[in-house]
Amino acid sequence: MHYLLTEEQKMIVDICRQIVDERIKPVRAELDEKAEFPWEIIKEIAKSDLFRLFIPEEYEGMGTGIFEVCLATEELSRGDLSVATSFAASGLGLIPINAVGNDEQKKRFLPRLASGEKLAAFGLTEAEAGSDVGAIRTTAVKDGDYYILNGTKQWITNGGEADIYTIFAMTNPEKGARGASAIIVEKGTPGFEFGKKEDKMGIRASATRELIFTDCRVPAENLLGREGMGFIIAMKTFNESRPAVGAQAVGVAQGALEEALEYSKVRKQFGAPISSFQAIQHMLADMATSVEAARSLVYYTARVIDSEDKNASRLSAMSKLFASDMAMKVTTDAVQILAGYGYMKEYPVEKMMRDAKITQIYEGTNQIQRNVIALDMIKRGVIQAPRKQVFK
Amino acid sequence: MEIKVNESTCTGCSLCRGVCLYDAIEIKEGKAVIGETCVFCGACVESCKFESIEIIGLDTEEKDFSDYRGAWVYLEAHGNKLADVGLELLSEGRKLADNLKVPLTGIAIGSGIEKNAMIAFQYGMDKLYIIDDPIFENNIDDIFSKALVQLISKHKPEIFLAGATSFGRTLAPKVAAILKTGLTADCTGLAIDDEKKILLQTRPTFGGNILATIITRNARPQMATVRPHVMEKIKTARDTGGISGDVIKIEIDPENFKTKYKMLGTETEKGEKINITDYEVIVSGGRGLGGGEKFELLKELAGTLSGVVGASRAAVDSGWISYPHQVGQTGKTVNPKIYIACGISGAIQHLAGMQTSDIIIAINKDPNAPIFKVANYGIVGDLFEIIPMLIKRIKEGKPLV
Amino acid sequence: MKIAVCIKQVPGTTDIKIDPETNTLVRQGIENIINPFDSYAVEEGVRIKEGLDADDKYKGESEVIAVTMGPPQAEEMLKEAVASGVDRIVLLSDRAFAGADTWATSTTLAMAVDKLEDVKLVIFGKQTLDGDTGQVGPEFAQRMNIPFIGYVSEIMGISAKKIKVKRLAEDRYEIFEIRLPAAISVIKDINTPRVPSLRGKMKAKSAEVLVWTASELGADKDEVGLSGSYTQVVKIFTPKMVYDVSMIEGTPEEQVEELFKNLKNLNIVS
Repeated sequence: MHYLLTEEQKMIVDICRQIVDERIKPVRAELDEKAEFPWEIIKEIAKSDLFRLFIPEEYEGMGTGIFEVCLATEELSRGDLSVATSFAASGLGLIPINAVGNDEQKKRFLPRLASGEKLAAFGLTEAEAGSDVGAIRTTAVKDGDYYILNGTKQWITNGGEADIYTIFAMTNPEKGARGASAIIVEKGTPGFEFGKKEDKMGIRASATRELIFTDCRVPAENLLGREGMGFIIAMKTFNESRPAVGAQAVGVAQGALEEALEYSKVRKQFGAPISSFQAIQHMLADMATSVEAARSLVYYTARVIDSEDKNASRLSAMSKLFASDMAMKVTTDAVQILAGYGYMKEYPVEKMMRDAKITQIYEGTNQIQRNVIALDMIKRGVIQAPRKQVFK
Repeated sequence: MEIKVNESTCTGCSLCRGVCLYDAIEIKEGKAVIGETCVFCGACVESCKFESIEIIGLDTEEKDFSDYRGAWVYLEAHGNKLADVGLELLSEGRKLADNLKVPLTGIAIGSGIEKNAMIAFQYGMDKLYIIDDPIFENNIDDIFSKALVQLISKHKPEIFLAGATSFGRTLAPKVAAILKTGLTADCTGLAIDDEKKILLQTRPTFGGNILATIITRNARPQMATVRPHVMEKIKTARDTGGISGDVIKIEIDPENFKTKYKMLGTETEKGEKINITDYEVIVSGGRGLGGGEKFELLKELAGTLSGVVGASRAAVDSGWISYPHQVGQTGKTVNPKIYIACGISGAIQHLAGMQTSDIIIAINKDPNAPIFKVANYGIVGDLFEIIPMLIKRIKEGKPLV
Repeated sequence: MKIAVCIKQVPGTTDIKIDPETNTLVRQGIENIINPFDSYAVEEGVRIKEGLDADDKYKGESEVIAVTMGPPQAEEMLKEAVASGVDRIVLLSDRAFAGADTWATSTTLAMAVDKLEDVKLVIFGKQTLDGDTGQVGPEFAQRMNIPFIGYVSEIMGISAKKIKVKRLAEDRYEIFEIRLPAAISVIKDINTPRVPSLRGKMKAKSAEVLVWTASELGADKDEVGLSGSYTQVVKIFTPKMVYDVSMIEGTPEEQVEELFKNLKNLNIVS
């Protein structure tokens, strides 16, 4: 249900729907089973200009906002969360370049990402550093015009398929939280290798790999911003990307809800379609209401970010938290409504339930999201204290 | 040219609106009003009980075609053998020729076909024109159409029929365009109007859900193409073997028949030549098959029945089987004796390609599948259970119950 | 290279039946769509242009023009073609064109392509959903006196003067080379139409349609529409299809046995 969209936003939805119906639905079960990266679909998404939604006009993007990214991500998720994750993770990987990159870096990397010929990835998580991002141990030691990277990143989405990686490494370990930096590393750089592809519960077609750096020499011009800005860049990135994760959750829940509704109208028991039973009706109503509520929160957050508060960290966290918890419940309910059939791989809902789980985990677990929300409230009150006005 | 509603006799009963396929009629203030999307098909004119609709401005001056006489059939050849469709058309042409009391003539063009063309006399043909020359070895439409046009212009048949094969569907329009005459494609019915003694050409439109009867106005010959296996091949009681009836060999000067098309070669799909329209039994698979390897099962069944495998669009689009096997609106139209639809839901677009099959057998897990509405025999069941059992039953010959 | 693609707007469903009670047509909210085979034609035209643009010898010299003969609402379909990469769109619209059979349609399209001047390749879809004759392509080519190859499944090569294609005959593929200008009709094997791009859709929104009437084409009223047709529909009716389904019940073994019996009675098995 999309209301109040502009013409251009409607076009985005239409394009995504066509891709979902014509390209994604026919192959999603097979991609899931084979855990195969959906390159053909990514190419179609690229040809349709959807990767340009992440990027400003000066660098061959469409110059649209987070709202449009959320719309596209939501619609693609309705089809398959693996595809949407691969799409959104490229966005995640390039947000730091967009945010703090200099003109030369933007010119070098963004156009190829806008056309979708190359994908990006975000390399922060490590074996010992999940929620505790401060515990990363990958180092980047300056050596003349280069940084030498050593360390291993874990569970990186688009790992191995992407060409452009935004890597977070410690340039000054003794400075602790102020000692991390963000640097761009391209695939093919000597000393940069990939680990095996992880075998996952859900979003199986999405590629998840270790990134292994062994004396990897990266040109110093690839440093984003200044040394020590690493965690600030990461936090800024999450503020913008979290609503898109919320959008993923809304999309996968919507897809599951649609399947459950259709099924309930066709499946007959006791001489009647199960959609005529109040128990099912109430489940469907609750599912639909929670999808709509999550959507509203995600859209609202995106609009706020696009218009005034680039730093809507509390709202971002809320939209991700609420939508992902909702999606887990809705997809589980969808399986319940399809009952025995829902449990079978022949029907798409069990996959949606397996897929939905990740939205409660990545880009900050929902426990971390709660921390963020609570701490922000404690600091700035329930009604966020206005920033100091500057009169000219 | 206009279409007019006589407002004084129109009662606004909206019968005309009901038959208009193009949504062109509205009832305004109790009278029928015909709008811009009207294509002058005349359905409303026919339907009006009060004769209130008229198409005017069409030149009703009928030209004199009394010098056009005879029914001709193009005998398409593949290699040096005549295709069945030509013989089917001769059988049909015989009925038309008898009605009009005119001779039935066949034309065969090819290389080395002379001997094989004689078989056509067994199907009711009175006269045969043969053009036999190496330049006609491959079916290439520009030189074939030139030859046909020369013959037709010289001898002026009133009716000319050809097979709606992939060659015929390019050849016939070219001939019609050069002769500046009308052509009706894919006819399923041919008849002679008793009064006007003209050819009534009936063909399906809208995927076969509507039939239209068409006439050729103010031009000759009246040309029509007919799909293979729509008409029946009927042998007449003429003697077999030897020459029977008029045979006229036409000599041509190859210099006048230089083709603009350079044929560079041919390719067959994985070494198999698949023309599913040729088979009497088609075993077809749809989405319910679930995968390309599963088609091997249908291939086995088709093999036991001397048939061929067909497929729905869903199966072809999923890459499970190649396009030449596709049956349906955007694939091939087939008329086999037996069509066995396995795991095919029966979408309109698929039905359009096979609903005229003699016997349709449907096997599907879903009792509500639309295919069951057009089937002669239906089995609600798991095709992966039914088909192997059927194969076994056919091969081993032992009853299962 | 100027490439013209001739497309047609057709009813979105062929599911048209007669209501047995009132004996009138039941038109279920039929929306109009581009004839499915024509989508492949448009896509191929755009791909040829993209291929030529990628070659330094021909870069930037190609243009794809979509032409349709139809009522004013066909404009929407033309704009969608722009979203798929078509450069210019032309609508041939005039009451005089109505009721055209394939010959009159070919005549009208030929006049339009003539007016476009210097078109080297004209692409058609194999056939339409409503007419499904497949005749317009060859008749058009004859009128323009250019070669025509139907059922093209692949374009193997194209240069300024020639085109090499693979076409699907009944049971095999044939490879031909012909000189340009030429016309072809394509089958769905040839490509997969792209999902329109966002920039394409935005371009389509503000795209200008060139509308040509009969007089702008210099057409005589007798050459086009029903007056210019050599065939005429005199009757339409629904086929009397009586469907009498025999559902075979029982255990799978019983069902197969019953089916086998039926096949035996039909002399399909012995």
